[in-house]
Amino acid sequence: MNCDELRSKLTPYVDAALRGGELAEAEAHLRGCAGCAAEALGMLQTKLATRAAGMRYTPSPEFRRRMEQSIRAQERPAWRSLRWPRLAMTGVAALILIAAVTVWVSHSGRERELTKIADMHVTELASVNPVDVVSTDRHTVKPWFAGKLPFSFNIPELQNTEFTLVGGRVAYFEHSPGAQLLFNLRKHQLSVFIFKDETGAHLPWPKMTAASRLALQIETWSEGGLRYYVVGDAPASDVHALSELLRKAARS
Amino acid sequence: MPLFARMYNFAHWLTQDRAEAEDLVQETCMKALKGFGSFRQGTNFRAWMYRILRNTFLTSRTGLKTATVSLDSDEENVVEPIASGTPESILISNLDQQAIRSALEGLPVQYREVIVLCDVEEMSYLEIAETLAIPIGTVMSRLSRGRRAMREQIQPSSGSRRA
Repeated sequence: MNCDELRSKLTPYVDAALRGGELAEAEAHLRGCAGCAAEALGMLQTKLATRAAGMRYTPSPEFRRRMEQSIRAQERPAWRSLRWPRLAMTGVAALILIAAVTVWVSHSGRERELTKIADMHVTELASVNPVDVVSTDRHTVKPWFAGKLPFSFNIPELQNTEFTLVGGRVAYFEHSPGAQLLFNLRKHQLSVFIFKDETGAHLPWPKMTAASRLALQIETWSEGGLRYYVVGDAPASDVHALSELLRKAARS
Repeated sequence: MPLFARMYNFAHWLTQDRAEAEDLVQETCMKALKGFGSFRQGTNFRAWMYRILRNTFLTSRTGLKTATVSLDSDEENVVEPIASGTPESILISNLDQQAIRSALEGLPVQYREVIVLCDVEEMSYLEIAETLAIPIGTVMSRLSRGRRAMREQIQPSSGSRRA
């Protein structure tokens, strides 16, 4: 894939809409071409900034009330002659609405959370100093966090694996401090974020979640009161492999 | 009404006017209630609602006025231009929200709507194509042209800030 071909694919690339061979070719080109990589990063930055700026207008409480009234007025004639069935159906409808809103709020909350984690990873990679403690030795990196975080965690043994520890730094998410670790895998970089699992109480997650954001793979789970996020541009199987190593380390 | 706030945001981006956005959302909800029988179970409810909203907008006074405006003809396989900034300047420049909003507001509606649906609503290309009743290739070309126009508008102001 040359520069012209890559640039015709940049829009679907930043929208995570490239698949299979096209995605692999685009990534291979971006790894070796600084100009196209800068262009991709610029487009991604514009996309992220648009997302942040675009959710701008909110309906006024007065308009919301007016809408609810007019929707009720639309529904009323059909129910007018049926008093008890109406009450029962209203109750059922309210329960369905509450369940739907709860699921939606929970889902959208998690969506936002994963998007923020993906943004933090991209920001980290764009930084001149992505880590504050630079070491491939877990026995150097782990003690560096002592006294900086209100919890401790284990870093997995990486011998006989393709992963290499690059280092770490303190990250903040929802005003809480946590650990951000950076790993190399072949030509990929993966971040691991570890925070106290305080959001779990009001934003329930499935036991383990894997998702994709902006061509990044994310896996998250909760263990021992901590929430882990593994994010990177590596294939989902590699993200899962690193997640498994962290889970084993957490249980050891 | 889980979609209510997001539909209002989209309606405001289309009309760029609070009162018109409120009218548009209200009319959309009324049409959806009346025509719920036409919604096919198992298909995309969000795309169905947004399609009603967008079709309602196109028949409104503002929608009819904007229907003829265009940046260029829609083409597929658009090649991105090389950015004028250096990699460092692109990384460092802090795109402030006001600049982004102004650039988005300044786009013709067919580019603005596709960018809002993709970047703000995080719809897939398929959902956008269903909502706007256009081919996926046109979704991509409008995204590409719209974003390019936004960046061209933003970059001079980033440059003047650095100077």
